[in-house]
Amino acid sequence: MAQAVTHDEHHYTSTGLDSWKVGFWTFIGSECLFFATLISTYMVYKGASITGPYPEEILDIPLTTISTFVLLMSSLAMVLALDGVQKGKRAGQFWLLMVILLGITFLGFQVYEFSHFVHEGLTIQRNVFGSSFFVLTGFHGAHVTGGVLWLSILLIRSLRGKLPPGKSLQLEIAGLYWHFVDIVWIAIFTLIYLIQ
Amino acid sequence: MSAVAEAHGHEGGHASPGFYWMIGVVLTVITAVEVAIFYIPQLASILVPALLILSAGKFVLVVAYYMHLKFDSNVFVGLFMAGFVLATFMVTALIVLYKVLPPYGVVPA
Repeated sequence: MAQAVTHDEHHYTSTGLDSWKVGFWTFIGSECLFFATLISTYMVYKGASITGPYPEEILDIPLTTISTFVLLMSSLAMVLALDGVQKGKRAGQFWLLMVILLGITFLGFQVYEFSHFVHEGLTIQRNVFGSSFFVLTGFHGAHVTGGVLWLSILLIRSLRGKLPPGKSLQLEIAGLYWHFVDIVWIAIFTLIYLIQ
Repeated sequence: MSAVAEAHGHEGGHASPGFYWMIGVVLTVITAVEVAIFYIPQLASILVPALLILSAGKFVLVVAYYMHLKFDSNVFVGLFMAGFVLATFMVTALIVLYKVLPPYGVVPA
């Protein structure tokens, strides 16, 4: 019994559901509203810039398609990592490392894109497109950065043997966050990059 | 089995790794189709609805299978959908208000 308590980290609410998951899904619901405000701002000010560079002149679709693919594949790696950790397989650590590397790759694309835009004269102060674009994608990038740090901590814990199958809920929660960041990018890629 | 443990048993069911790979392939194909539509001038008239439908498909696949919402409790579905539906309504309302309706006080000709 004592061993079961040690390995089972679930904290159940009166509904029988895990309190961490209830709290985190509530947080994700609130994050939907957070990103909706940023997307709304971009959409409302779309076409309102009175000076360039304009979106159609500067957005690089091929490059962003690759970074979108990278983020989608990181979500695939994330579910495989969770599956591995839940089954106590070392493959879980490999896939977790892949998620981190793919996340860093996505951030590399974003840093390149931002620096290219600044080089082309588009800054956060240049026009309303620059302001709304950098704030929206910047906040998304900050979320990805937070996710990479979170997953890195979990990978270190896993390598030290502190993430056994009984504690896989920690990775499941981090996975929910990572997938949410992915679906936000799905919306951003379509609404900002493809529908110009 | 206690009521709590029984509830946990119903919560958090997962699919197989092979199925996750299949979803990954579908997501990649949908993204490729989206970009192809973007570059085909003949499809410009259906660009917006096509892209919205395709990205909605990707969204549903990630939420349902990668986030395991299809296998999880309806309470989680409710918590997520409450925020998502409100967010969608807010974006739509602001676009209609600022982009579709005439400016306040201006009578359309």
